[in-house]
Amino acid sequence: MFIYIIRRLLQTIPVMIGVTLAVFLMMHLIPGDPAQIMAGENANEAQVEQMRENLGLNDPLHEQYFRYVVNAVQGDLGTSVRTKRSVTDEIFNTRFWITVQLALVGTALAVVLGLIAGIISATKKYSFADVSIMIIALFGLSMPNFWLGIMLIYGFSVNLGWLPVAGWGTWKHMILPAITLGTGGAAIIARMTRSSMLEVINQDYIRTAYAKGVSDKLVIYKHALRNALIPVVTVVGLQFGGLLGGAVITETVFAVNGLGRLIIDSIRAHDFPMVQGTILVCAVLFVFVNFLVDITYRLINKRIDLN
Amino acid sequence: MAQPQLQTSTVIPVKQQSTTAARWSAFYKKLAKNKAAMAGAIIVFIFIILAILAPYIAPYDPIHIEMSKKLQTPSAEHWLGTDDKGRDILSRLLFGSRISLTVGILSTILGAFVGIILGVVSGYYGRWVDSLIMRICDVLLAFPGILLALAIVSVLGASTTNVIIAVAFFAVPTFARIVRGSTLSVKKLEYIDAIKAMGANDMRIIFKHILPNIVSPIIVQATLYIASAIITASALSFLGMGTQPPTPEWGTMLSQGRSYIAQAPHLTLFPGLVILLVVIGFNLFGDGLRDALDPKSKK
Repeated sequence: MFIYIIRRLLQTIPVMIGVTLAVFLMMHLIPGDPAQIMAGENANEAQVEQMRENLGLNDPLHEQYFRYVVNAVQGDLGTSVRTKRSVTDEIFNTRFWITVQLALVGTALAVVLGLIAGIISATKKYSFADVSIMIIALFGLSMPNFWLGIMLIYGFSVNLGWLPVAGWGTWKHMILPAITLGTGGAAIIARMTRSSMLEVINQDYIRTAYAKGVSDKLVIYKHALRNALIPVVTVVGLQFGGLLGGAVITETVFAVNGLGRLIIDSIRAHDFPMVQGTILVCAVLFVFVNFLVDITYRLINKRIDLN
Repeated sequence: MAQPQLQTSTVIPVKQQSTTAARWSAFYKKLAKNKAAMAGAIIVFIFIILAILAPYIAPYDPIHIEMSKKLQTPSAEHWLGTDDKGRDILSRLLFGSRISLTVGILSTILGAFVGIILGVVSGYYGRWVDSLIMRICDVLLAFPGILLALAIVSVLGASTTNVIIAVAFFAVPTFARIVRGSTLSVKKLEYIDAIKAMGANDMRIIFKHILPNIVSPIIVQATLYIASAIITASALSFLGMGTQPPTPEWGTMLSQGRSYIAQAPHLTLFPGLVILLVVIGFNLFGDGLRDALDPKSKK
């Protein structure tokens, strides 16, 4: 297992190099002069030149990239053009934790709802409950989360007044954004759990367990579910990444000051160091989560040969 | 947003022309029997017709401002009401369908085209070419959800064309991986070795023998991808990074209606319902195609 972890860790290195390269090149692919764009339309030549100097754009490209990576590894993601503050500070002071919190709550909701719905659906195949759950899942999968968020605000905040319209801070603030973020994931997990369980239920060893007189509950929860959950783990990991990206929209809808809103505000202000830094942090977090998912997958799936 | 993944096992290895015809006939029969898939196909077909006929059937000019009629609720005059500038919502939705469907379909075609080329080259040639292309795909997939599309739009600027490019870029790794897997499984078949032994060149093998055999998983993935492309494109417009006002686009309409949620919820209700409906259509049809093309499917 240890060798597998090391090997899997080494595999992330080329991906991380590629991610840093892609993020670094963003600024250089902007049509026109990035220094001029960031300095603003009214900036004079001296200010543009100063901006170019500050961003190190006068150096050869490979030197700029090398410096970017070395600084990033040391935790320096540059300085925001808009706020003049350190990008790293701006990201990690509060915003990163808000987004991670939101993504975690959204994932937890998606997992709980998705698993329960998927198990009910699989164990009561073709029943009214199964059909209803699958129709709801189809809607959940097809619904744009920005629309769902607005409709939830209309229902629970504007009409009923039960929950706050926007902001972050208390558990009440978390409910609507978490539902908005988690619904799509819950739908995917429910469908995945259902199909995975149906596949397992048809296996010979389940039939054997029934033949031995093991109770329905024991067969479902001890034999079927344990094996059916293996592929679901991968989906849950992917969902966390998806939710991290989905947070951009959810945070905009609910005016939550997380990483997503930071990206949007920074794109609008042409604050490229901030856009680069935020996207890089999200990508690194996603790669790390995928790494953890792979390890977990191997740990729970004993049939996979680690060598 | 998560993209539906397709197992490469849906490749139908075909050795003879007659078998191909029989399999396609079985596929059509299976698809026609699937009510949900047919419902999806009908929804998609209706939306395509509405998009084509929008200039002829829309009751009003979608960008004509009439402030005296602003924020009207649905009525006989304006079936779905009017927006904050007095524009007819039904007309804007009809014209918006042209943009959303065009962006969804074009970005999928573009992404699939690049993805197919990369996937076939990767799977067929293998070795370092395969490693290089797959690592590039890994990098593209490392950007969670909508972030890759956002990064591209932030570089290129906000416009409908750039949304198509961004959403297509988003699709490339997904298609490349599926096509690579399918190519690998077809490449192993004996008849490919036989064709090689007869002296066929790589281009002939790829275009005449590999691509026709892997077309089914590509079609399924493309249908399902259009659904997520429509949502992604609407999301970008919702965030102000896509189609710009006053052009009628579903995501932009939702974003503009958001400010009036308390006094005029219909401004956000209808564009959202339309997105939901068209996405359900593509998802149902895509699921049906997958079931009909999957040899393991018993239904």
